[in-house]
Amino acid sequence: MSPFLWQEIARLTGEHVVLVLVSMLIAAALGLPAGILLTRRPSFRPALLGFANVMQTIPSLALFGFLIPIPFIGGIGKRTAIVALVLYALLPILRNTLTGILGVEPAVRESAIAMGMTGRQLLWQVELPLAAPTILAGVRIATVTTIGTAAIAAAIGGGGLGVFIFRGIATVDTVQILAGAIPAALLALLAEGGFSWIERRFSVS
Amino acid sequence: MNTPATALEFRDVSYRIADNRILDRLSFRLEPGRTLVLLGRSGSGKTTALKMLNGLLEPTSGQVFVGERATGDWDLIELRRSIGYVIQEVGLFPHFTIGENVALVPRLKGWPAARIQSRVAELLHQVGLDPGNFLHRYPRQLSGGQRQRVGVARALAAEPKLLLFDEPFGALDPVTRLELQDQFLELRERLSITSIFVTHDVREALRLGTEIALLHRGRLEILATAADFLKSTGEEARAFLSTL
Repeated sequence: MSPFLWQEIARLTGEHVVLVLVSMLIAAALGLPAGILLTRRPSFRPALLGFANVMQTIPSLALFGFLIPIPFIGGIGKRTAIVALVLYALLPILRNTLTGILGVEPAVRESAIAMGMTGRQLLWQVELPLAAPTILAGVRIATVTTIGTAAIAAAIGGGGLGVFIFRGIATVDTVQILAGAIPAALLALLAEGGFSWIERRFSVS
Repeated sequence: MNTPATALEFRDVSYRIADNRILDRLSFRLEPGRTLVLLGRSGSGKTTALKMLNGLLEPTSGQVFVGERATGDWDLIELRRSIGYVIQEVGLFPHFTIGENVALVPRLKGWPAARIQSRVAELLHQVGLDPGNFLHRYPRQLSGGQRQRVGVARALAAEPKLLLFDEPFGALDPVTRLELQDQFLELRERLSITSIFVTHDVREALRLGTEIALLHRGRLEILATAADFLKSTGEEARAFLSTL
């Protein structure tokens, strides 16, 4: 293998990581507050969960394609790719935030309220810490999935390791395909490992 | 300081869910320092009545007074921090140590750290748990009886004016239950805090109550001292006394 290939692997892996990180940060920044909101406003649940569910059912390649003609968020390039990845990552984060908080033992919640905790204290001192493992599991699933899905971003000019894969398919070049697939798989494993380390590190009960 | 002659009062309190009358025009008052046991079957409305005192539930009609003020006129956060609350499931925070659990309300009230620390140690002593041994443990490492002792310590922590107990010893074995009942009596001797105690166990009611209120289908059947309750001839009272 040429040193040129190694260089390109490094560059596209970097792009891939940035794509995933930016998407995950945006998805978490949207999904966590939305999940918390859903615990307080049950009437919003069908609409928001329904939306996130539908987003997940659209095949990823199709979703990237749908976004291209849409103004502002669409077009060719990284921005469109990030929008699509965020839409995908939203559901696991949203759902796990909701189920994590709803899963807090009713007696614990009732005690917290009866002891005179304000709504904010209840959320930050009781609900979020107790829901943290479930929420973290949601972020973990979303991250690992996003690492895989991000490979398709190359189809709409989003860059990342998908560039190798699409090029390899087009030119029937196995080396190129593997140059994209192997680093992507390693990234996914790395993310898995990182999250399980965090889970072990912060597990209380 | 002049203490009000009434610690709490229910004034014509009803509570309905749809067409279901959970509480039906409940009226009574309690003097400071007394222990009122709310006795009744499951679904008689006793827990509902209890939860109105700390504003977990609001009456559909009528008023509940704690001290001189109706619960609707209290700042609910302030009201709740002045009331100790103990429930059957205990409801300790699993991610807090025993010490942190007991310190909860003093911390919410902004006590200085040193005062909280000495208060927590004192309370654990009072409920028969060695602070050195228990302070840094987590609730899951304790037995049911120990957890409920912590629950009582937590309720007492911020020197409440009123204590609410919702079948606190119902899930414990008979021996532990007796121990905790003794401890309750001992604490009452020492602290003389007004207490409301919900139970369906007439033995427990007679042991702990200075007065007993019998609820049946949301209505107050009788309110009497323990001695008078034993002589009561009402049908529901006899039904309960027959279990002795």
